[in-house]
Amino acid sequence: MKHKTFFWFFLPTALAMFLFIALPLTSIVSQSLHTPHDQVLIVVESCDPFGCKSETTIDHQASQKINEEKPQGKWVGFQIYTDRNHLAFKEVGEFWESKTSFIDFVSSLNDLPFYRAMGFTLTYTFVVTPLVILFGFIIAIAVNSLHRHLKGFMVFFSLLPMIVTPLVGSLILFWMIDARGIIGSGLQELFADPTLSLKASTGLTWITLIVYGVWHSAPFAFIVFYAGLQTVPQETIEAAMIDGATRFQQTIHVIVPHLSPLVAFVALIQLMDNFRVFEPIVGFSASAHATSLSWIIWNDIGQEIRLLSSAATTSVLTIIGVIILLMPVLIRTWREFNPEK
Amino acid sequence: MTSNQIKRPLGLQLLVYGFVLFWLILAAFPFLWTMWGSFKVELDFFSKGDWTNVFSGVRTQVVYGKSFTGAGYEGAWIQEEFWRAFFNTAIVCVSTVLISLTLATLGGYALSRSGFRYSFWLLIIALVFRALPPITLVSGYLQPFYDWNVWGTLPTTIIVLVAINQPFTLWMLHSFFQTIPKELDESAKVDGCTQFQAFRHVIIPVMWPGVITAGLFSFLLAYNDFAVTAILLSQENQTMVPKIASFMGTTQTEGNIMFAVAAVVSAIVPLFILVMFFQRQLVSGLTAGAVKG
Amino acid sequence: MFLRKIATVVALTTLASSAWAGCGISEGRVSIVGNEFPAIQTIGAGAMECAGGGVTVETNLTADHQKINLPGMTGNPAEFTSAIVANSSIVALMNNDVIRPLNDLVAKHGQGLQKSQLVTIDGNIMGIAFMANAQHLTYRSDVLKDLGIPVPSTYEEMLAAAKKIANYNLMQYPIGGAYAAGWNLAEEFVNMYMGYGGEFFKPGTAEIAVNNQHGVDSLNMMKALSEYMNPDFLTHDSNATSAEWKAGNVALMNMWGSRIGALKGDEVDAAVVAATATAGPMTVGGGTTAASTLWWDGFTVAKNISDTDAEATFMAMMHAIRPAMLNETTSPQAVWLIDGYEPTPAAAGVFAAAAMGTKPYPMLPYAGLMHSAAGAELVDFMQGKETAEQALAGLEAAYTTAATEKGYL
Repeated sequence: MKHKTFFWFFLPTALAMFLFIALPLTSIVSQSLHTPHDQVLIVVESCDPFGCKSETTIDHQASQKINEEKPQGKWVGFQIYTDRNHLAFKEVGEFWESKTSFIDFVSSLNDLPFYRAMGFTLTYTFVVTPLVILFGFIIAIAVNSLHRHLKGFMVFFSLLPMIVTPLVGSLILFWMIDARGIIGSGLQELFADPTLSLKASTGLTWITLIVYGVWHSAPFAFIVFYAGLQTVPQETIEAAMIDGATRFQQTIHVIVPHLSPLVAFVALIQLMDNFRVFEPIVGFSASAHATSLSWIIWNDIGQEIRLLSSAATTSVLTIIGVIILLMPVLIRTWREFNPEK
Repeated sequence: MTSNQIKRPLGLQLLVYGFVLFWLILAAFPFLWTMWGSFKVELDFFSKGDWTNVFSGVRTQVVYGKSFTGAGYEGAWIQEEFWRAFFNTAIVCVSTVLISLTLATLGGYALSRSGFRYSFWLLIIALVFRALPPITLVSGYLQPFYDWNVWGTLPTTIIVLVAINQPFTLWMLHSFFQTIPKELDESAKVDGCTQFQAFRHVIIPVMWPGVITAGLFSFLLAYNDFAVTAILLSQENQTMVPKIASFMGTTQTEGNIMFAVAAVVSAIVPLFILVMFFQRQLVSGLTAGAVKG
Repeated sequence: MFLRKIATVVALTTLASSAWAGCGISEGRVSIVGNEFPAIQTIGAGAMECAGGGVTVETNLTADHQKINLPGMTGNPAEFTSAIVANSSIVALMNNDVIRPLNDLVAKHGQGLQKSQLVTIDGNIMGIAFMANAQHLTYRSDVLKDLGIPVPSTYEEMLAAAKKIANYNLMQYPIGGAYAAGWNLAEEFVNMYMGYGGEFFKPGTAEIAVNNQHGVDSLNMMKALSEYMNPDFLTHDSNATSAEWKAGNVALMNMWGSRIGALKGDEVDAAVVAATATAGPMTVGGGTTAASTLWWDGFTVAKNISDTDAEATFMAMMHAIRPAMLNETTSPQAVWLIDGYEPTPAAAGVFAAAAMGTKPYPMLPYAGLMHSAAGAELVDFMQGKETAEQALAGLEAAYTTAATEKGYL
């Protein structure tokens, strides 16, 4: 394709992404390198419906001039990146010095919010992603072999885990897995343990979140693979059959290679989405047991006093994390782009 | 599909049906449970005492004298005027899908047919854009949108949803276009077509499985979005999901959770009817592009 | 009384002629942002009555109001002319200097206000409070009576009562508590720490000081209480806790006054409804200060708007909180601070809290930072994975980092 043709084909989508993602991204990076100016505090008398007392407040006049001169805030470089609530260089160093064993060191990292979040995020990402791909593939093969009248029906029902808004979906599932709910009581019966609660221990909460993650994302992999299966060249399959390939061999040698760009795509999107896991943590009130980088950002922005620089920093760290995570898939895509080499 | 043409051994047949049934229950049970429960009062559906109350409806009987009630639906649709949110969602979804697909089909096709290095880097940049958590992006939009006086309107939200979902749609369509052999449009170009004509006459007829799938996801993203719509829409323009969120109550006050449950169920029923009605078109649409090799 | 009559006359005029005439506003733009729950909806609807002629009134009442109110008031002119806030959230607006002093408007149009409604910082009226809230004891009178337990007035008595109820196998987990990780858990810590007489910060500075005996005592008491709670307590917000109550699973809890009405809903078992009783907040550790905090909700007016709009906004809000708005529907919605409000039975606990001198939630620029740090850092202690000192040290470190970023340290 010629450069000029490419340009016109690509312009609309590029424009949309430039205006609404690239520009905000630059301001996010800039925000992560600045903090608000030092505040001048004064003690004054304050009164409310419950009486008067002396209380500390901000003296706006004192800092007005510097705020007008430098509305960006104070340049701090990478200070926020290395502080205790993010990469915590100083604290990690101290732990390293003082700890006796490596396991001791790793468990003490759990006290630092960033590393605590990374612990869950990485476990979740590397368990959920392969399971989603596998499960989605099996569903796609199974549904594809059904009678055509059943297919539409199955496609719709398979999509349900994605359609029901997580806002309410998680509320209902959360109730179902409650110790007194239908699934919770069922599990108690199954394991003959009347005190079993999926919400009370860290390990069980992790398992619950992972099961939910697979359930919620499997339809995505399913529908992509299902659409891909429709374009499998029939000739190749027929040729394989004539060669006496078994059904299993056909699947492995014809269908899987045909779907490989889609597998790469699903892996890419799933790795990224699972790395940014957020909704189930809020929906299942699981933050006592599991946190993620996205949850930290939400926690910084959603509070009464918003920590914008901190949220921006965590966002940039998330992007860096995603890039590192996707390296293998990216290298693969790179090779596909340079087939001549 | 080919696999239908030769008879499957009975064991495999059973395995397939068994698995499909298992998945059907897994996928549909929570929804059917919700549908059933939406006709109960909150204390039955979310019973902290005994889950079998959902079936017996004891508390529902105490309040309404029968074990089913449409109170949640009445509250959501009539008292809280949920239909407004319903129409807003329809507008947002349809516009988002159409615009997203138009932009991304052109872009994704171009990327899949351009062998130059920059198209690889453009894909990577799009990927990095997608890595940005939407919540950070959205809170960054607020200030300029207020300044330009465009906050709270449906078009603003539609454009933002299109832009935020563009990397995903672009990647998905790019992956699908890659499964369509390049020889198809190359031979059209040899026959004297321009690139755009080749796209129009050769690629468009075979691209529908990918486009329908991508459209489905654009639709679901717009339909289920909370991060963008909750922050960028004013109250009268609210779509369904933020409206449902407003039924849920706050720390200090009790919500109308059954309104939310009824709203969720009634928001899915039209989709169900739509899919059931168009299922043949959907399946044949997904099959129509089958490349004959 | 006189005022009430005037207001009634005004209300009648409103019905008789066009709506906006009743508010006495001739022109201006009013745009209100606030939380959405019935009491605030009532206020919003009241202000809407002033729309018409040259006056436009818009409301944006959403649970996400805290995310949009500050950006929406920062621009010039501001998108929102008024934000409805609480004592914890007004500081975010004051910190960024986006709300204006109301002294002139109160002098001109605020004759109906009681002095206690004025939220004053250094002589500047920054907000007008119209409703109050607090957490206080809720108990099952039938259970306590059966076992001969007096109504607890301290947390120690609550523990003893819970022990007795559990021993008699009446209930497995007799105490309910909104101990969900995050805001709720931190709120309970703030309550308890105040009950022990602790100060969160070194006076006059933003330096945190909670890693002390008061802090340790507070955490140990919370831990002791949690032994009698449903083991899922770290996921129980006030919704879940209320649900436990309605199902008759718990007999004692510290609950928001604003939620008591809903505990007696139609669908709740009649025996539970009849036995649901409230008392003032409890004290702890032999202290005299209640282990609870008082809260108010009120309105503010944006700084970056014209004087005409500010005046229109103020008058529309004054119309919304006029004494005549109180009626059978609106009175039970909240504990109104409006002249002429007759407390409903559900409001008794909040009044008791105010009467016993419960302290208000601290209106400090950096209190919110401490609150969110506590919500995240105390969970390991509640699960028995850390000592109280370790958890408090973690809280101090997390807060100090955040406060440094915001320029308070």
